[in-house]
Amino acid sequence: MEFALSQPKGPNEPRRKRGDSPRPDAGEEPGWADGLRQLYNQVLKEPLPDSFDDLLKKLDRGDHE
Amino acid sequence: MSEGPFETCSDDDFKRELLAALPHLRAFARGLSGRPDFADDLVQETAIKAWSARERFAAGTSMRAWTFAILRNHYLSELRRNRRQVDYDPDAAERLLVMEADQEGPLHLADMQAALQKISSDRREAVLLVGASGFTYEEAAQICECAVGTMKSRVARARAELNVLLNKDPSMDELPKKAARPS
Repeated sequence: MEFALSQPKGPNEPRRKRGDSPRPDAGEEPGWADGLRQLYNQVLKEPLPDSFDDLLKKLDRGDHE
Repeated sequence: MSEGPFETCSDDDFKRELLAALPHLRAFARGLSGRPDFADDLVQETAIKAWSARERFAAGTSMRAWTFAILRNHYLSELRRNRRQVDYDPDAAERLLVMEADQEGPLHLADMQAALQKISSDRREAVLLVGASGFTYEEAAQICECAVGTMKSRVARARAELNVLLNKDPSMDELPKKAARPS
């Protein structure tokens, strides 16, 4: 089951910022700060694992609660 | 949280936004817990909670911030109940990180993850939200239900601790003392 999980472009998150957007204090960032973002962004790039299929089907069927 | 006079999304819009938030929730949960399997459980449970509470989500507000708050609360209650093994699993983290290990120079991402797990959970979530997820201090403070000043202080302390733990820049070593301020 494939799901499109690209970044939403709708009006609902107008203030969305990417993890790699410059921070106000970016000038004083230590070397690990980029590693922290990489750690985070690496997960973003992963496809959802199969274990999420059931969840998504649940939401599709609406058999929650 | 009380339900205010706001517009809710259609179920389809809600679901679309929730699905789009899932990768971010996974990244946040993994940073918080250091355990990929536990993180994914957290995310799934968060998604179910969010879906069940969707009438409390105001259309036009940030789905990411809203679901992050749910995930964070859920994570903390799991920690408190100690219902599960939530210990950091360095082997699992190492397996996941090994692919990217060479891509960012001197800092090994596994070291980054290990260092994250050594700092307190309030500092960890603070530095993840502001330093990785890209939230402002104000948004992060809302997610964590604390004052903006408290959030700034937590981020500063987290950074100072990570400086020491990762010891990438010896000139930063004195920061913890200098940065320490009563919150």
